[in-house]
Amino acid sequence: MEHYSMNLTLKVWKQKNAKAKGSFETFEVNDISSEMSFLEMFDVLNEKLIHEGKDAIAFDHDCREGICGTCSMYINGRPHGPWHGTTTCQLHMRAFKDGDTIVVEPWRAKAFPVIKDLIVDRTSFDKIIQAGGYISVNTGSAVDGNAMPVEKDNADKAFAAAACIGCGACVAACKNSSALLFVAAKVAHLALVPQGAPERKTRVMNMINVMDKEGFGSCTFTTACEAVCPKEISVTNISRLNQEYFLAGLTGDK
Amino acid sequence: MGLTGLFLISFLVVHAGVNACIWANDGGVLFNKVAHFMGSMIIIRILEVGLFAGIFIHIIQGYVLEFTNRSKRNIGYKINLGNRGSKWYSRSMGLLGTILLLFFIIHWKQFWIPSRFTGVNEVLIDGKEVHNMFNLMQVTFTEPWVVTVYVLACFSLAWHLMHGFQSAFRTIGVHNKRFLVLIQSAGIAFSIIIPLAFAMMPVSMYLGWVK
Repeated sequence: MEHYSMNLTLKVWKQKNAKAKGSFETFEVNDISSEMSFLEMFDVLNEKLIHEGKDAIAFDHDCREGICGTCSMYINGRPHGPWHGTTTCQLHMRAFKDGDTIVVEPWRAKAFPVIKDLIVDRTSFDKIIQAGGYISVNTGSAVDGNAMPVEKDNADKAFAAAACIGCGACVAACKNSSALLFVAAKVAHLALVPQGAPERKTRVMNMINVMDKEGFGSCTFTTACEAVCPKEISVTNISRLNQEYFLAGLTGDK
Repeated sequence: MGLTGLFLISFLVVHAGVNACIWANDGGVLFNKVAHFMGSMIIIRILEVGLFAGIFIHIIQGYVLEFTNRSKRNIGYKINLGNRGSKWYSRSMGLLGTILLLFFIIHWKQFWIPSRFTGVNEVLIDGKEVHNMFNLMQVTFTEPWVVTVYVLACFSLAWHLMHGFQSAFRTIGVHNKRFLVLIQSAGIAFSIIIPLAFAMMPVSMYLGWVK
């Protein structure tokens, strides 16, 4: 594909801090290469703003390799932008054409309050992980990787669920601001392998309790979460979580 | 929601089955007989209490879910994901359910309340006096607006089921791939066949196909 340059209009959510009332501001960016990533385009804009003595646009980013789950922009009405199975940092400007107007918003959910501009506080996800996203292991030397047999099919499913990077796109896309795809990925990942067995019943109960406490909504299976997940986590994991939840409720001690 | 939904789905099969007796086209003899059987059996009367409990629990759960979920996002998006991420009817279960609730109020007033409380004309079948529900249907469905309301309600039911059927099974934890494919196909078939059967009842009466 031929490289090209473009001039764009950006409508970006600006909000000074968590308590301030935010609004959209319009920015013009020129000579953007089609080979730039979306975040590099923001870097160019921010450099321009800093040179002009203005406030740069605050946005989250870290690895820029699509594996850390830090970037979180709602681009033209879709988490992580128009490309399927792609994080914002892996989205490239060839997804847009010269003269486009791009609307960029932060994740919108009560459980993800805006800290500044496009940055939201996703501590609630950390709290859910702390509640059950772990396994018990013996201290001492590392166990041999093949000591515990895992059925290939289960290993594959667990691996697919473990691909969740906890970016929160599922919450952002869900009309209910539900975090169930995220929780389901973590629960399914550990329920499918023997290493997760000791905490199997308490894990699902604890994680769901914290999820509710943190203010996420309930799942109604619209499957918008699956459609926008950059790691293509399947909603089948939610069905598995429901089964885990019922069984834990019926046979667990809690 | 899922459990009460599945319970109500099973009721729809029974309701459609009983009502389909009008198509025997025997002047309502078979339909009135079956309707009398349903109304006079003590077990079915007990199940009726369960049915109403199921309906009201489903309605209350639905509204609680709808309003609680709506409260989880203070500021909406400038551009919504819309149909790019999900089907419109999966996002409109509250609205579709509300249309159905309004329809139920009309439906109960027209059929259930007369048959249980205020009385229906009797007809002699096999030497027994039974409610002439067939005649009540004929009289009710002479009005075009009533037929229109029933057909519109059936559209709502179809879309409500199109999402609700498969969602209910997922809610109770069905995650086996083969079953999910089966449930999705069965859900689409059920969502078309049952509402279509219900919609054809007033239409058949109005157009005089059933006498």
